[in-house]
Amino acid sequence: MTTHKPVGLPDDVALKLLTDMVRIRRFEERCADLYGQMKIRGFLHLYIGEEAVAVGAVHALAAGDNIVATYREHGHALARGVSANAVMAEMYGKQEGCSRGRGGSMHIFDAATRLYGGNAIVGGGLPLAVGLALADRMQGSRRVTAVFFGEGAVAEGAFHESMNLAALWHLPVAFFCENNFYAMGTALVRSESQTDLCVKAAAFKVPAVRVDGMDVVAVHEAARVAVEQVRAQGGPCFVEFQTYRYRAHSMFDPDLYRNKDEVEEWKRRGPIHNLTGRLKAEGRLTEERFLEIDAAALREVESAVAFAEAGTWEPVEHLLHDVHTGGAP
Amino acid sequence: MKITYREAMRQALHDALAADPRVFLMGEDVGKYGGSYAVSKGFVEEFGPDRIRDTPLSELGFVGAGIGAAIGGMRPIVEVMTVNFSLLALDQIVNTAALYRHMSGGQFSVPVVIRMATGAGRQLAAQHSHSLESWYASVPGITVLAPATVDDARGMLAPALADPDPVVIFEHALLYNFEGELTDAWRTADIRSAKTLRAGRDLTLIAYGGTVWKALEAAVQLAAEGIEAEVVDLRVLRPLDDAAIMDSVRRTHRALIVDEGWRTGSLAGEIMARIMEQAFYDLDAPVARVCSEEVPIPYAKHLEDAALPQVPKIVAAARTLAGKGAAA
Repeated sequence: MTTHKPVGLPDDVALKLLTDMVRIRRFEERCADLYGQMKIRGFLHLYIGEEAVAVGAVHALAAGDNIVATYREHGHALARGVSANAVMAEMYGKQEGCSRGRGGSMHIFDAATRLYGGNAIVGGGLPLAVGLALADRMQGSRRVTAVFFGEGAVAEGAFHESMNLAALWHLPVAFFCENNFYAMGTALVRSESQTDLCVKAAAFKVPAVRVDGMDVVAVHEAARVAVEQVRAQGGPCFVEFQTYRYRAHSMFDPDLYRNKDEVEEWKRRGPIHNLTGRLKAEGRLTEERFLEIDAAALREVESAVAFAEAGTWEPVEHLLHDVHTGGAP
Repeated sequence: MKITYREAMRQALHDALAADPRVFLMGEDVGKYGGSYAVSKGFVEEFGPDRIRDTPLSELGFVGAGIGAAIGGMRPIVEVMTVNFSLLALDQIVNTAALYRHMSGGQFSVPVVIRMATGAGRQLAAQHSHSLESWYASVPGITVLAPATVDDARGMLAPALADPDPVVIFEHALLYNFEGELTDAWRTADIRSAKTLRAGRDLTLIAYGGTVWKALEAAVQLAAEGIEAEVVDLRVLRPLDDAAIMDSVRRTHRALIVDEGWRTGSLAGEIMARIMEQAFYDLDAPVARVCSEEVPIPYAKHLEDAALPQVPKIVAAARTLAGKGAAA
């Protein structure tokens, strides 16, 4: 028997968090269908189960802040306000997609909302985030750069180099580690001698905190505190969000490395279920209202699918455009 | 006015830093130490440690940070001590800087300049002596420069910084002490064209970076034998100036490429292929090349010398190409 944890957020914020988690869940469930129909090709990494992290953390940022994400970034894009139409069209490879169909699922970019990818080299976004923060520091901006990466990235040199640079130069980077415990099929305990990720951050004198990544309220609060601290003090912080992906690593993954009981155990802690239950217990959400939110999310997704279906292919004559600014030299 | 290559590069950097507050220099030992090749000596006192930023030995991290800072609105000049160390940063240069604009559908530019020393000749052995320019020159999305003259050391940085996309500059380590006449040509240096440094009618020597001076010396010796060699300094390794190469080859009908990179997969091989594609029927002889031997560059002086393109090898290859045989 667990004691009830009060949500503690105003209705509009709590419902926004819930709505975005449902939007992402419905969007990605549809993506899985569309992959089966071969409308979406290539690699498709679903975020299902992890929605609380992107939603809670992204909503803790200001509109002018920077986001650097990984190849499992549909949720971050949708939470940030990139339209479902633009993301779905990108999945289809259509030129109406946010990256004109050049990037696909793993390379969602959106300059308008300061979303700097969609980086599919594990750890590759970390030095980039340090550089964005360095530019902000040198230009006198108060902007924060939030960089998302999985626990697998902490094995990369890029992680250690970036943490050191950000701490050494006192740069405004929020290091948001999405620990879903598996780097593709390799469990954290099978790849790291030190599995306490906060200890790694401490080695660089970066303040670190561990949060239940299945609880969007806890995520949002921890991210809000971290971002405020980074903005106020200038230096970096590290937050480990413990979470779990319900689906396989990608659509190619037979998921043979996890125990089914473990997956079911995490599903019982599901982020949408978690928040919905608490809001209902507090008398702030009815089943009817929840069904409305869900129905709206489904309508948004179907509208995005229609938009992507109606989208157009970039002319092959444009193949070399944007290799360089203004065309190939 | 006579000036060293080091001084020319120093002046170029100084101009850039003085002209644009967005420009800053970062890399290992660029500040307090004064630059591993003393190019940035005195800069940290003048511009301060924020703009002359010493970095830890984290090539991947600080090159990536330079790329991020460029995307974020600055105009960083990132110095990597040598091309050999740049392999630690290859991921950021290739997987981020070069691809970023295209894979984002044209939403972001990456105006970063990455400078690095290259080349052999100082008995620094296998891990400090290689010429890997061709690796970078094979990647779409980046511009690759190889200034060989003091005019270019002085003049190519400004257009590189003005370019909205990533530019990699290779500085042959043997050239820093090289002294040359600085002419007004530096003020109009571009980052698109090759340049003919010596005119000749019998054959074309095509070179870049450190081999330019070996090619010019070979041309002097060949002239004494009655062979007039034209010397084309590529200057820009990506995009290659095909027009300048073909223009010369169509006049001389013979081409010899001098390249300090290893033969296999070399830039020389690419240039030979292009000449075959574009000027095959203008040729009077198969295109030839003098490259480095396919061996890790050894420490011992006589072995290092033997591994690299040298003037006698160039002269001998040119004689054969010109149909004058191996005799002298």
